[in-house]
Amino acid sequence: MNRIWLFGSAIDTDQIIPGRYSPYMTSEDELARYAFIERRPDFAPNVRPGDIIVAGKNFGCGSSREYAPRALQKCGIAAIIAPSFARIFFRNAINLGIPLFEADLTELVADGERATLHLEPPRLTTAQTAYPLPRPPAFVEEIRAEGGIVAYVQRYRRFPGERPAGTAVPSAPVVQS
Amino acid sequence: MTQTLSEQILSQAAGRRVKAGELAVVTVHRAMTVDSIAPEVIDVLHDQLHVDQVPHPDRCAIFIDHVAPAANVATAEGQLRARRFAQTQGIEAFYDAGAGICHQVMIEAHLVAPGTIAVGSDSHSTTYGAVAAFGTGLGTTDIALAFATGKTWLRVPETVRVDFIGELNAVSDAKDIVLHLLGEVQADGFTYQAVEFHGATALSLASRMTLCSMTTEMGAKAGLIPPDALTRRYAPVPTWLRVEESVNYQRRLTLDLDEIAPLVACPPRVDQVLPPRELQDVHVDQVFLGTCTNGRLQDLHQAAQLLEGRHIAAGVRMIVIPASHATLQAATADGTLATLLAAGATLGPPGCGPCIGRHLGVLGSGEVCFSTGNRNFAGRMGAPDAQIYLGSPQTAAATALRGVITDPRDIA
Ligand code: SF4
Repeated sequence: MNRIWLFGSAIDTDQIIPGRYSPYMTSEDELARYAFIERRPDFAPNVRPGDIIVAGKNFGCGSSREYAPRALQKCGIAAIIAPSFARIFFRNAINLGIPLFEADLTELVADGERATLHLEPPRLTTAQTAYPLPRPPAFVEEIRAEGGIVAYVQRYRRFPGERPAGTAVPSAPVVQS
Repeated sequence: MTQTLSEQILSQAAGRRVKAGELAVVTVHRAMTVDSIAPEVIDVLHDQLHVDQVPHPDRCAIFIDHVAPAANVATAEGQLRARRFAQTQGIEAFYDAGAGICHQVMIEAHLVAPGTIAVGSDSHSTTYGAVAAFGTGLGTTDIALAFATGKTWLRVPETVRVDFIGELNAVSDAKDIVLHLLGEVQADGFTYQAVEFHGATALSLASRMTLCSMTTEMGAKAGLIPPDALTRRYAPVPTWLRVEESVNYQRRLTLDLDEIAPLVACPPRVDQVLPPRELQDVHVDQVFLGTCTNGRLQDLHQAAQLLEGRHIAAGVRMIVIPASHATLQAATADGTLATLLAAGATLGPPGCGPCIGRHLGVLGSGEVCFSTGNRNFAGRMGAPDAQIYLGSPQTAAATALRGVITDPRDIA
């Protein structure tokens, strides 16, 4: 089992990773080390792949920095569960293939509680309880199934919501074998 | 069936009639990125999308503004990559250090037009709604895809209509309007929605930019001013773009501009607003006049009016950073800059300055800054326990004069 990291509402991108610690100012390799570096310094050293973030509303508000969800992804976060997400964070996380669920569990689970995320059907299980999670829209699940938007457009040769014909989305080069 | 401005613009760019809630794949008329994100965009283009040449360099733009000029070797090398990329790709809309903040230059240099779609790797790309363009912020991967394909996909947003009545008094700014709105609807009040500001005819382009830029702080996807005579003076407006009758807005709000008075957003939340008179015991160390929200000539003028013939308080440092090179030149030519400098302010190169705490005015532990910017999150401008208060250029100037947060009406 993994653990839950519980956060309050309006966790902005400067709390997730301050702009001073962006890959532009530091380096991409160090990104995971800086997740919540000032907001919660015990996070990065102790987070384990499969851990889950449970937070209050408007998670990820603020800047468009994609390195915020990327830092959480590099830490191995299995999912973020919050009653609402800020729009650019939501989109960036979907694009990176990070599972997000719109649900309010902040009053139901505790920080540090053992838990496991299951995707099919979506639910969070703790020692005592299974919390069902709302299924994201189909296109979100499709993007996640491919591992992100880049893989999605390379596979389908189109964007979500686009008809298959007459598109010019670049695909991966054909690998000669 | 009638359409909101966003539905009209997205329908044109999608080549089919779309309505709120649908996914639409749209032509991107302008995609822009900035020095801090460009290296990541280049990596996604090369390593993941395997694109050697972007198909529409004339629809791309790159700005060196977030840490400009470079502050260290890492940023210098990031900028070098962006510069080389622009050259090899034939991207003519490349603006190097000192040219100014992306959003300001996008409008000044006419890189956006009414009725078009502009996306940027910066959240305040909503600013372009000031000239009736659909502007929105996207992340690295989306911008790389827009560079690679000339398109993006968007969920067509529902629209909130805000009607202004009355007239803004001389002591208040568009910033005060938007802080008032923020206090009412809160920082997630317009999440995923577009906002239309009606009755803004008397507001200047600069004020419109302030309003539209700050819709991001309410979670909005876009903020738009319906095209009017001022928009037409800026650029031709397509005939299909107009406010239609009996549109299905998701929500309607009315704001009486006569009632707007100076307001201040208190740390660490932009929607925690109070009148400056309730904050008179807050001592400030630094005053920052600048950013894409309030670093324009009009803003410099408003601050200079209060500072003329006076001097900022002892123990306060005031940093002025014009939003663009053109702003700096105009403020130099008309004497505004001389007034600000005579009052004790100092000057930084056009760009983002200390807004994101990377250089040119980073805050130390426990310091307090009064900024005309748009975000006061913990750690935004430096030490996590530094405090950032946000307000209008006039409130910033009054605060610099007294050294404590001050209502501009209290400067006799
Ligand atoms: S001035 Fe501040 S808010 Fe505006 S683009 Fe620059 S960093 Fe972002």
